[in-house]
Amino acid sequence: MRPGLGPRLRPGLRAGAALAVGAVAAGLAGCAAPAGDAGDAGKTVTVFAAASLKAPFTALAEQFEAANPGTTVTLSFAGSSDLATQISQGAPADVFASADANTMARLGGAGLVEGPPRDFASNVLTIAVPPGNPASVASFADLARPSVRTVVCAAQVPCGAAAKVVEQDTGVTLKPVSEESSVTDVLGKVISGEADAGLVYVTDVKAARDRVQEVPFPESAQAVNTYPIAAVRTGKHTELAATFIEAVLGPDGQQLLRGAGFGTP
Amino acid sequence: MTFTLDAALAARCFEVSLSLAPGETVAVLGPNGAGKSTLLSVVAGLLRPDTGRAEVNGRVLFELGPGVHTWTAPHRRGTALLSQDPLLFPHLSALENVAFGPRSAGVPKRDARETARHWLAEVDAAELADRRPGELSGGQAQRVAAARALAVNPEILLLDEPLSALDIHAAPLLRRLLKRVLAGRRAIIVTHDVLDAYMLADRVVVMEEGRITEHGPTREVLRRPRSRFAAGLAGLNLVAGTVTPAGIRSDEGLEFAGQHDAPLVSGQAGVAAFPPSAVSVFLSEAHGSPRNSFRVTVTDLEPHGDQIRVRAGELSADVTPAASADLGLAPGLEVYFVVKAAAVSIYPA
Amino acid sequence: MRRRRDSSYNGIPRWVMAVAAVGALLVLLPLAAMLGRVNWAQFIPLVSSESSLTALGLSLRTAAASTVLCVLFGVPLALVLARGDFPGQRLLRSFVLLPLVLPPVVGGIALLYAFGRQGLLGQSLEIAGLQIAFTTTAVVLAQTFVALPFLVVSLEGALRSAGSRYEAVAATLGARPTTVLRRVTLPLVLPGLASGAVLSFARSLGEFGATLTFAGSLQGVTRTLPLEIYLQRETDADAAVALSLLLVIVAVVVVGLSYRGPAPAGSGGRTARPGTAGNHGRVAA
Repeated sequence: MRPGLGPRLRPGLRAGAALAVGAVAAGLAGCAAPAGDAGDAGKTVTVFAAASLKAPFTALAEQFEAANPGTTVTLSFAGSSDLATQISQGAPADVFASADANTMARLGGAGLVEGPPRDFASNVLTIAVPPGNPASVASFADLARPSVRTVVCAAQVPCGAAAKVVEQDTGVTLKPVSEESSVTDVLGKVISGEADAGLVYVTDVKAARDRVQEVPFPESAQAVNTYPIAAVRTGKHTELAATFIEAVLGPDGQQLLRGAGFGTP
Repeated sequence: MTFTLDAALAARCFEVSLSLAPGETVAVLGPNGAGKSTLLSVVAGLLRPDTGRAEVNGRVLFELGPGVHTWTAPHRRGTALLSQDPLLFPHLSALENVAFGPRSAGVPKRDARETARHWLAEVDAAELADRRPGELSGGQAQRVAAARALAVNPEILLLDEPLSALDIHAAPLLRRLLKRVLAGRRAIIVTHDVLDAYMLADRVVVMEEGRITEHGPTREVLRRPRSRFAAGLAGLNLVAGTVTPAGIRSDEGLEFAGQHDAPLVSGQAGVAAFPPSAVSVFLSEAHGSPRNSFRVTVTDLEPHGDQIRVRAGELSADVTPAASADLGLAPGLEVYFVVKAAAVSIYPA
Repeated sequence: MRRRRDSSYNGIPRWVMAVAAVGALLVLLPLAAMLGRVNWAQFIPLVSSESSLTALGLSLRTAAASTVLCVLFGVPLALVLARGDFPGQRLLRSFVLLPLVLPPVVGGIALLYAFGRQGLLGQSLEIAGLQIAFTTTAVVLAQTFVALPFLVVSLEGALRSAGSRYEAVAATLGARPTTVLRRVTLPLVLPGLASGAVLSFARSLGEFGATLTFAGSLQGVTRTLPLEIYLQRETDADAAVALSLLLVIVAVVVVGLSYRGPAPAGSGGRTARPGTAGNHGRVAA
């Protein structure tokens, strides 16, 4: 184990786990930046981003690499919660873009976030239905009809928490046939036609193109999901991380995010 | 009311015609790979010949050929099989093993067990009824297997070298037992052992390379073998006669002292068997330990492997070529055949 | 393992033992590490929460049901594969064993296209008033799909090593094929069948990917213990670890109690030695 890595790990991590994870992290870091020197050409910034950010961030990374010759952006997309867990266990991320404030706060509470997180986008829920809208869903209240097979996210994940807020505000109690662990799974059930409707984000519907139809509902404004971004304290490329975050917040980044359906923060 | 079989199976170079009268037991002799087991499998319905026909008591077992396709499944044939390996069902007791056949025929459990007890008693295995096959010796297991085969009262009993896996103590006991139960029963017994053929069969069939090369009454085939295989087998000295307290008295009046495991009743018919290799040849009468010594006239000398087989009527002895020369053996010479009593086995005939 | 500890030569090179030890550690270390992370003070409340108990109950029920299905369909399949002789037999075996190597999520997608609403049979089923997706039936189907090969492989191995000589004897004694199957074949391969069933049960218990894809996730209906763990992990690591430990305990108890490894369970004799180590090794590989 590298002596420098120990103190940065989350306190309370058991020695065995720390040993194993530390070895992995040290190995990876060693590959990315020999001797920890960030001044060389061939700089790499590793960005952990929420799965919903895949399209705009991939495009942004290309722009960023073109604008900063010699740099490489390594992207890792997954559920925000998964990414936060990976970072807290020593994964070599420089930037973390989360799909919700809670997850970012969790990582910040563990002392792994550099400076205050900055909100860069927002996302709202919408109703996705299979092409042709077989169950004729027209409103949020329709989702509670017994004949409509509705799929939502489980309350434990951000999209499910947002759905709960809408339910409380509207007084409509949904009887979903399934509570999925991720918004992707909800969308999948709608695309395959198993579900008549699913509560997903506006950006998901956009990304699914013509495989689903959108049924917008005004109550979605009650639960706006804000996306924060921050540099990771254990990251090796602090300077480049800051530059990338600026690019996300800058006009080019924002334009790409609007294009993908995201709202302003 | 006979059993007839004609079958050909090209893949095994097998082509056999055979018939059995009711109550007749036929021994099938032959070298390994001659098709003896194939014959039994074809009769039992475990192997399908290319062409042929078989029937027993007017019931067709199979008829295969251009345009005809009649096939009776093994379980409807009434051909119980007793093989070298007893193959007792390991999860059933001896009694349940024997009751298996009757139970499969739809006999109620109690009656099937009654039948099973009868047949276990018949093979002197009544006391083994509750044992598991794992707790039986080889000989005991084979006796139970025999009872199991007999309990279905088969039209033809098929025996595939039933004694060859048994040790020298268990084999004679089971051989006597088979002799008793095969009496008056139609059976085909495949064997390596000429003694089995002699003791158990009315008729012998010799198979070589998938075909029957010789057949006839047992004594005749063994006395005047025409096939090479039978000639090799026939070397065993077999002397029929009457059981005496010490051994056997041949029909010609010669006394043979020998070993017998089972208590034999003096006066009953019996047979003494001993291999030519156990016979020594002397020019004068020898004395000493319990030996059988007979004055005989050499009728024939012939090479037998690296030995010389000395024939004297129905008896034969094997000696080395050197010994043959020393003794000056030639047809017509009077010599003494000497065989230790320990090498002579006495069986009831 | 009631092997005598004698000093007879076993022929295993020392380095093989060392590698074996590393291999064992590879399995044991993560489990031990997980054990180290269990919040023992909260363990009982965590595993006895309503959602946990519901998930555990559902897992046990569905795994039992899919084990029954595995036996029902796996025994004939194994018989046909081990004893039959027909064109396409090898192909059939490959396909039956495919779920062993297939990512479960692929299985889930395939099941969706077969039994889903828009699937091959789904529309007919829908007309017949049968709905499979999002029901417990879907969970059982997904589990059966992934667990069936375990039963088939271990039973086929048992059937092959048992041979068919007992069956031939039984037939000549007048037993119909069904009688032979019931009174001879199945009793002979019972240890192999039992270990196959236990493996199937264990695999069903751990099934996650196909269930998630095909059945959905709803408390008490489709959310089995692995899905509950996956969900809890999003917010409550302690709960996820506690439930993981629970699943490990259940699996160890089930497998430990009923699966005695390669040793023959009874005095089956030389030919009746089903469920050999080789077969299970293949499964695990």
